[in-house]
Amino acid sequence: MTLTQPSETRRGPVARPRGPRRTRGGRGAARAAGLLAALLLLAVVVVLSIAVGAKQLPLGTVWPGLTDPASAQYTVVHEMRLPRTLLGLTAGLALGLAGGVMQALTRNPLADPGLLGINAGASAAVVSAIAFLGVGAYSGYVWFAFAGAAAVSVLLYTVGGGRGATPARLALAGAALNAALLSYVNAVMLIDAASLDRMRFWTVGSLASARLDVVAQLAPFVAAGTALALALARPLNAMALGDDSATALGARPGRARAGAVVAVTLLVGAATAACGPIVFVGLIVPHLVRSLTGPDLRWLLPYCAVLAPVLLLGADVLGRVLGRPGELQVGIVTAVLGGPLFLHFVRRRRVARA
Amino acid sequence: MSVLRVVRWGRTSLRYRPRALAVGAACALLALALGVLAVGSGEYPLAPADVLRTLAGQGHPADAFIVRDVRLPRVITALAVGAALALAGALFQSLTRNPLGSPDILGFTAGAATGALVVIVLVGGSSLALAGGAVAGGLLTGVLIYALAWRHGLHGYRLVLTGIGVLAILTGVNGYLLTRAQITEAGRAVLWLTGSLDGRGWDSAGPLLVALAALLPPVVASARALHLLELGDDAAAALGVPVERLRLALLAAAVLLASFAAAAAGPVAFVALTAPQLARRMTRAPGPNLLPSACLGAALLVGADLLAQRAFPGHLLPVGVVTGLVGGGYLVWLLATERRAGRI
Repeated sequence: MTLTQPSETRRGPVARPRGPRRTRGGRGAARAAGLLAALLLLAVVVVLSIAVGAKQLPLGTVWPGLTDPASAQYTVVHEMRLPRTLLGLTAGLALGLAGGVMQALTRNPLADPGLLGINAGASAAVVSAIAFLGVGAYSGYVWFAFAGAAAVSVLLYTVGGGRGATPARLALAGAALNAALLSYVNAVMLIDAASLDRMRFWTVGSLASARLDVVAQLAPFVAAGTALALALARPLNAMALGDDSATALGARPGRARAGAVVAVTLLVGAATAACGPIVFVGLIVPHLVRSLTGPDLRWLLPYCAVLAPVLLLGADVLGRVLGRPGELQVGIVTAVLGGPLFLHFVRRRRVARA
Repeated sequence: MSVLRVVRWGRTSLRYRPRALAVGAACALLALALGVLAVGSGEYPLAPADVLRTLAGQGHPADAFIVRDVRLPRVITALAVGAALALAGALFQSLTRNPLGSPDILGFTAGAATGALVVIVLVGGSSLALAGGAVAGGLLTGVLIYALAWRHGLHGYRLVLTGIGVLAILTGVNGYLLTRAQITEAGRAVLWLTGSLDGRGWDSAGPLLVALAALLPPVVASARALHLLELGDDAAAALGVPVERLRLALLAAAVLLASFAAAAAGPVAFVALTAPQLARRMTRAPGPNLLPSACLGAALLVGADLLAQRAFPGHLLPVGVVTGLVGGGYLVWLLATERRAGRI
């Protein structure tokens, strides 16, 4: 202290005490404005998602279609586009948040529920439920999706939570798990041709079969997961410094970790049960958001929650435009668009140095 | 660590490890024994002695038809696919310096699958066209991954991550192709994606056998340089290994082996991952353990095929289901132990 004090006094009373406060306030305002802009973007994508499709609705008719039962578009909007849009909104939010939480939890910039096999765990459980137990409805197989997602996240966590786990190794472990679960899913589909016909559409990830009651059943799980994830932002922030510092700062790493695994399981399990495995949304959105907000999870997670549905709905709209007169499933669009971005991250950054 | 012995004839010398030699020979014998057993089993069972007699050309003519024309092609295909996949896996694991870095996890076999699916769904060609599509898809994917991962040299970790990214994209593409298919084609495609030896004749074994015969000698001859490469690029270069050239050549060989194997039987899961690991644990020798891996891979695949046909009477499961399930269990165990050892 005695050594540093003179140098500070010599530099004089610069604007140092005031400076950080002002920039912090300024950054806070900028972040809040950014969040508003993101919400606006979300609104635009929602309108597009309602308007674009096999039957194109003029943008001006979207609002009457939503609110006025006498409108010519009322049926299309309420039967087809609205459930699909709401499902995309909820699932996107769930996947984006889960990705953000997982990247913080594993301190791994490449963590993604799809890449690490959590989606595949949920798929394997759902496929077993469809084929062997004859479960047909969302309310039935969401529980299997939870069980599968939980099993894989716990397994991955025990593998990836170790100090020696580098991003590349964790990604590799996830890819291997993915391969194992995928071959199981294929095996089940081969044994049961009837479920093959249903599941080959489900296993690519699609919003096409959305129904309002499914969205209603999905919502409570996602809401619980979202609340838990947002509540964990502060302890997870502290844990970025390491467990010892986090404990010293008053966080309880063990509890925060368990909570994070529960949140990821809830979010991914619910989303996967509703629309099949969708990769890369949970990877890319937190990455893009981090360049906007910095690493602070209290901002990062809300941004993820808003921007991930933008990506998912945008991909869905793109799939409807590109695949005309049919459509491309959203899981395919995110994989084909997200893959190159992932490769770009790998090439540009040294994130993965093993 | 096992003992190292050297034999010398005049100016040439050969280093070998007795334990690795014994394990390799035992695996080869096991593969052949399982092959004889597989030829003998089925709707019309034959005793192993009869199988051997028929193979030697002294059996009953009816037996000769069943053995040579019906069952032998399938068993030979199984042996060759297992050996080729295991060899490719050993090469990849050594080049990426990671026990999980095998071609099925890094997207190479998914590329072969995409090629085959394009043929099944969009072109609707014969089994020969399907094999051609698989080889072309695998090679294209190999070139793509190499080009994307190359940056001032090739690093193991970047190869791994690029492969995983490409795998994710190709999985999406494969899923799309599957949704485009009619239901009968989809069944054929899923069967192929799982890996199956049903109805394999000499025409599917032939190209793979040629590839194996052409690639095995140079690959095994480079085993020592590959072992030096595991010490790190700098050390290997200092010891006289042409690092980048060797790596490119071995990668190309591994991709070719994996693609031809996939063309013959589909992307059978996990043989490429497990066989080299098991072989390494049995020989306790450092380095890639190429020949023991290949022999063990052949034994594994024939054994898995035998199990797939006999395990559930009335259900003929494709071999990929068995290797996938067994390999998945093995993988979980591997993850647990390697983590404890700090290698994952």
